[in-house]
Amino acid sequence: MLQEESDLSLIIAQIVQKLKGSNLYAQLERQAWASLQRPEIKLESLKEDIKEFFKISGWEKKLQNAVYSELSVFPLPSHPAAPPEHLKEPLVYMRKAQGSWEKRILKSLNSMCTELSIPLARKRPVGEQKELLNKWNEMGTDEPDLSLFRPVYAPKDFLEVLINLRNPNYESGDSLSFRTHLGLIQVPLKVKDIPELKEFFVELGLTTGQLGIDDSTQVPPELFENEHVRIGQKVLTQQDSAAAQQYIRQGSPTALRAELWALILNISSHPEDILYYEQLKTNVIQHDLLVDSLIYKDVKLTASNDDYYFVFEDYLYQVLLCFSRDTSVLSHFAYNSASPPKSYIRGKLGLEEYAVFYPPNGVIPFHGFSMYVAPLCFLYHEPSKLYQIFREMYVRFFFRLHSISSHPSGIVSLCLLFETLLQTYLPQLFYHLREIGAQPLRISFKWMVRAFSGYLATDQLLLLWDRILGYNSLEILAVLAAAVFAFRAVNLMEVTSLAAAEAVLADLSTLKVMPLLQIFLFATVT
Amino acid sequence: MSRVSVPCHVKGTVALQVGDVRTSQGRPGVLVIDVTFPSVAPFELQEIMFKNYYTAFLTIRVRQHTSTHTPAKWVTCLRDYCLMPDPHSEEGAQEYVSLFKHQMLCDMAQVLELRLILRQPSPLWLSFTVEELQIFQQGPKSPSMTFPKWLSHPVPCEQPTPLLEGLPDPSRVSSEVQQMWALTEMIRASHTSTRIGRFDVDGCYDLNLLSYT
Repeated sequence: MLQEESDLSLIIAQIVQKLKGSNLYAQLERQAWASLQRPEIKLESLKEDIKEFFKISGWEKKLQNAVYSELSVFPLPSHPAAPPEHLKEPLVYMRKAQGSWEKRILKSLNSMCTELSIPLARKRPVGEQKELLNKWNEMGTDEPDLSLFRPVYAPKDFLEVLINLRNPNYESGDSLSFRTHLGLIQVPLKVKDIPELKEFFVELGLTTGQLGIDDSTQVPPELFENEHVRIGQKVLTQQDSAAAQQYIRQGSPTALRAELWALILNISSHPEDILYYEQLKTNVIQHDLLVDSLIYKDVKLTASNDDYYFVFEDYLYQVLLCFSRDTSVLSHFAYNSASPPKSYIRGKLGLEEYAVFYPPNGVIPFHGFSMYVAPLCFLYHEPSKLYQIFREMYVRFFFRLHSISSHPSGIVSLCLLFETLLQTYLPQLFYHLREIGAQPLRISFKWMVRAFSGYLATDQLLLLWDRILGYNSLEILAVLAAAVFAFRAVNLMEVTSLAAAEAVLADLSTLKVMPLLQIFLFATVT
Repeated sequence: MSRVSVPCHVKGTVALQVGDVRTSQGRPGVLVIDVTFPSVAPFELQEIMFKNYYTAFLTIRVRQHTSTHTPAKWVTCLRDYCLMPDPHSEEGAQEYVSLFKHQMLCDMAQVLELRLILRQPSPLWLSFTVEELQIFQQGPKSPSMTFPKWLSHPVPCEQPTPLLEGLPDPSRVSSEVQQMWALTEMIRASHTSTRIGRFDVDGCYDLNLLSYT
């Protein structure tokens, strides 16, 4: 059909435009020039011969991986008349809500700035720069006075904003009717129900082998595990992103996980990437940002106190401080409903040529932000690789967990999905919790915002994040949250207050993620 | 292909409702929008573009100019086109939509008037409509040029002169050179839009407070 052809050519043109600026393009060009020396490249069939050469030498595969990566990350081009805001977020009232939430954050940061009389950014004196460079690998030993700093916001503040989100065109009378949502989220977004989830997560079914279930000690490894590991090694030799993404839906063997994630996220460690990381490090040493103190405070409050992650404290500083200086993160705001905060150079207020983004990457960290990085430290020990993986995970997934949008993987949809699943399949539990004033979302929100980091045991968390990468969606977080409630339903039915309900669900570290998900999706009698 | 916007006059929406509009409780679920083209002769419709606002289904009827003296009749050219897959949820509710000539059930050669019938069966929404309605007709075709005679009627080629010894075939060389030239043109035409990566202005990152605009 005419329309589909023009859509396809538009997508192709967009991807080509994006890839033209990338490292891969320069490398392909170099390879093409170098290949002219080879005897099999003939001048009259130049194009076909070079294409054949790329296929044989594995460069075509790299290009395929890059294209697949672009398709996974960027949304399909929308209607030509749609303005750029529409691509960020199609619903006007959600854009407005995100705008006012951002304004609140900026006001909070500005007031902290003026109260403490600390500048947003300053250039470090040379002595301080030398000192920081010496201490780079052990910034955790530093004990700056952070008592006056407070996190800009915590997940529970964000939850309040989501609870008050209303569509002005939606009928919401005062009296309860079929229109009122019984949960906390009151916007009618489209969420999947269990039959649709079963179809979407078909590889998690009862008849398919899973790591996390079929690799336990009672199951002989010949049944599933050995074969799965063998296939994993084959996928890695082939270096095919799409195959890796399909493979990881059944879980990744621990030994192969680091390489598989790097393949799916299309991260390869070239000297240019290490150089880029070093450049970011130089930026950290040269300029001191207020955001740095917020990061320090967050790491000290969360990751340093966690039994699993306190050993990685230094890595966390190295990654997060560099992350704040990385302007390449700004490109993800094209499809993120949030916008980066703006500021002007001192004395040049209002002059556009002196307008800058603050922080340089446009992301203001909140309480618990460092927990997105902490689990990755188990997989990657080289700072620049760890940094690249985290950055890619952030611009693909984690940004959706703290911005208001109607995307199916956005936090609003996840909350609504969680509440709908609970209401539909555990109506008695939902009703009981609601009656005692313990709305389930108040307990599960913090799990979903952090993608369960810090709540599950690390090996279970990594199995969960395998599936996030495999399905390119965060919906599994909402399904797991509902599955946890289903698992502890008997105890929850006996509680009589919100505090008691929180206590029942306080410790998730003993939970096994995959059996819970499988039972909830495929084995619950409805 | 090029298209040209046709100036149209969109009349106010008329709600269709059973019973008395003032006294009945429910909201209308059907709206009708008439679109006329007062200053334009009957034209061939190429594309209809609009921004949806919570309309679930769209039907379009068209009245075309007929050469005979019979009065022009209303014909349905699009029936129950689905804009929102689930009328109760937000999917598709504020999307930009384009409808093309080839999606219509009838020929759109001599359009006089259009009638858009909007349906929203769900009682959840307070109002629904379509916004930013634009109608397009076929743009002018590229003007036909008259070629000079020697281009359109090339002289029959004479017998090529015999090749000198040791030199390659000139036609082969010219085709290869042409390919190389095409490649260099492509490289020259490509440009990249990647950022440089600096976040400061001339080395200075001394900031005022954050700006709210």
